[in-house]
Amino acid sequence: MKRSNFGSPWLPYVLVAPQVLVTILFFLWPAGQALLQSVQSQDAFGFSTHFVGLDNFRTIFSDPRYLASFRTTIVFSAWVTISGLVISLVLAATANRVGRSKVIYQTLLIWPYAVPPAIAAVLWAFLFNPSLGVITYALARFGIVWNHAINPGQAMFLVVVASVWQQISYNFVFFSAGLQGIPKSLTEAAAIDGAGPLRRFFDVVMPLLSPTTFFLVVVNIVYAFFYTFPIIDAATGGGPVQATTTLVYKIFFEGFQSFDLGKSGAQSVVLMAIVIGLTVVQFRYIERKVQYG
Amino acid sequence: MIENRPLTNVLCHAVLILGVLFVAFPLYIAFVAATLTAEQAIHVPLPLTPGSHLWANIADVWQHGTGNAAYPFRSMMANSFVMAIGITVGKLVISIISAYAIVYFRFPLRSLVFWAIFVTLMLPVEVRIFPTVEVVSRLHLINTYAGLIVPLIASATSTFLFRQFFLALPDELVEAARVDGASAMRFFFDIAVPLTKTVIAALFVIDFIYGWNQYLWPILATNVPQMITAVVGVKGMMGNGDVATAWQLVMAATLLTMLPPLLIVLVMQRWFVRGLVESDK
Repeated sequence: MKRSNFGSPWLPYVLVAPQVLVTILFFLWPAGQALLQSVQSQDAFGFSTHFVGLDNFRTIFSDPRYLASFRTTIVFSAWVTISGLVISLVLAATANRVGRSKVIYQTLLIWPYAVPPAIAAVLWAFLFNPSLGVITYALARFGIVWNHAINPGQAMFLVVVASVWQQISYNFVFFSAGLQGIPKSLTEAAAIDGAGPLRRFFDVVMPLLSPTTFFLVVVNIVYAFFYTFPIIDAATGGGPVQATTTLVYKIFFEGFQSFDLGKSGAQSVVLMAIVIGLTVVQFRYIERKVQYG
Repeated sequence: MIENRPLTNVLCHAVLILGVLFVAFPLYIAFVAATLTAEQAIHVPLPLTPGSHLWANIADVWQHGTGNAAYPFRSMMANSFVMAIGITVGKLVISIISAYAIVYFRFPLRSLVFWAIFVTLMLPVEVRIFPTVEVVSRLHLINTYAGLIVPLIASATSTFLFRQFFLALPDELVEAARVDGASAMRFFFDIAVPLTKTVIAALFVIDFIYGWNQYLWPILATNVPQMITAVVGVKGMMGNGDVATAWQLVMAATLLTMLPPLLIVLVMQRWFVRGLVESDK
């Protein structure tokens, strides 16, 4: 809000109208629809609907396969977040030490950001292709049989690698920016006190970097929960036997098979609650940062 | 550099080179596979040095596609371009004008509008898949470019970024403009927009990549081969058991699909990196 404004009774409404219209049509209405469906039940032919309260939620939460996909999502997100952050922090911290060649490394490391997630999955699925993948061939020489189409653990590994590969560039950019914001004088002071590079990193740099780290933890969890659908669909199709079926993938997959609107509505609402929770956490962080800054 | 430790420096470069190899390896193998002949591409182990069939493969897939997406790839690329540019321009336009309204006007529903835009952050398409498809099909937008583009152009992050930028502009600018008799729209086009050029450049990169990389939405909003986008097409080219995958063609299509976003990121790296950090914080 500015001190001086333009006065016009209608112009501001015209200016916000497109954004608001799109939001209502494609965000609020569908979300409301999902909310409504989640507390209703439809008969098999879709002729009548009636209010059933929380029945749909009870149904999904007593479905062992839904709970299994909940577990899968959590395991998957933990792997993606932890390994993605560790790798990119190591890369950003080392890039911060190498002086001028930093720019070259940065250019080479940010490529995957531009690669569509589904394509990243195709690339990795090709490397790990059970019959002619380059990595599969190399693994076979060490006696490891690779076939993610039948081995659940290997399927999970594949989607984690593709997701981390995709997300490294994003994390790297943020960690680099965070590291640049740390005053040189602090690490220099620690060096004068006799702290070696590792000691400085863990005792000086890491604590100062914690806001960035926290932000990235939330962003990576959101990414793993919601934006890895293309990776899972292209690399494993949720399989084998649901081993890589995350919550988002489950909604999509079941929606095309069974047209149980109540159940799919309830699943959507659970996901919305998760995103809203994560977004609130993220914005809390921003407020805190503003206060400190 | 605080102290000079040759060994640590060597170690640092080693770690970074390892990281670069991890990033580049899948891309290199994709490139190699795209240069092979059909016979070479099913040979185990796969050659690790490029062959000579890159152009032949690209031409083949460009004209005929392959696998379950046996449709000219040029059509898929064209669809992707229309979608990506549509989403980018749409997002930029509607967010810059709504941010302008929110910052430079005082109107009764202002905070409600702000809140409504904010909510879009919390409702990615992934969580409202089927109800959104229903809305789009009721509006008869399935298999249209409008159906591919419009539902994705609401953008809280772009709006916030423009808002932040407008808030940082000195009030004297408006006052001076008003003394000179400039109207609100005149001020917008002659002063506000030219000043936000760097923000627009950064968001252009981010939004173009966002639009080009879409996958779930095009699957839901289209079901005819003429409307398939490049990313969806490449996935369709990978066989699902019934047909053997022609990997040399799939990888040729993959290279083509990665090219536009990659070029944009490399050319506009500086704006892009700054924009990314600003728009998400």
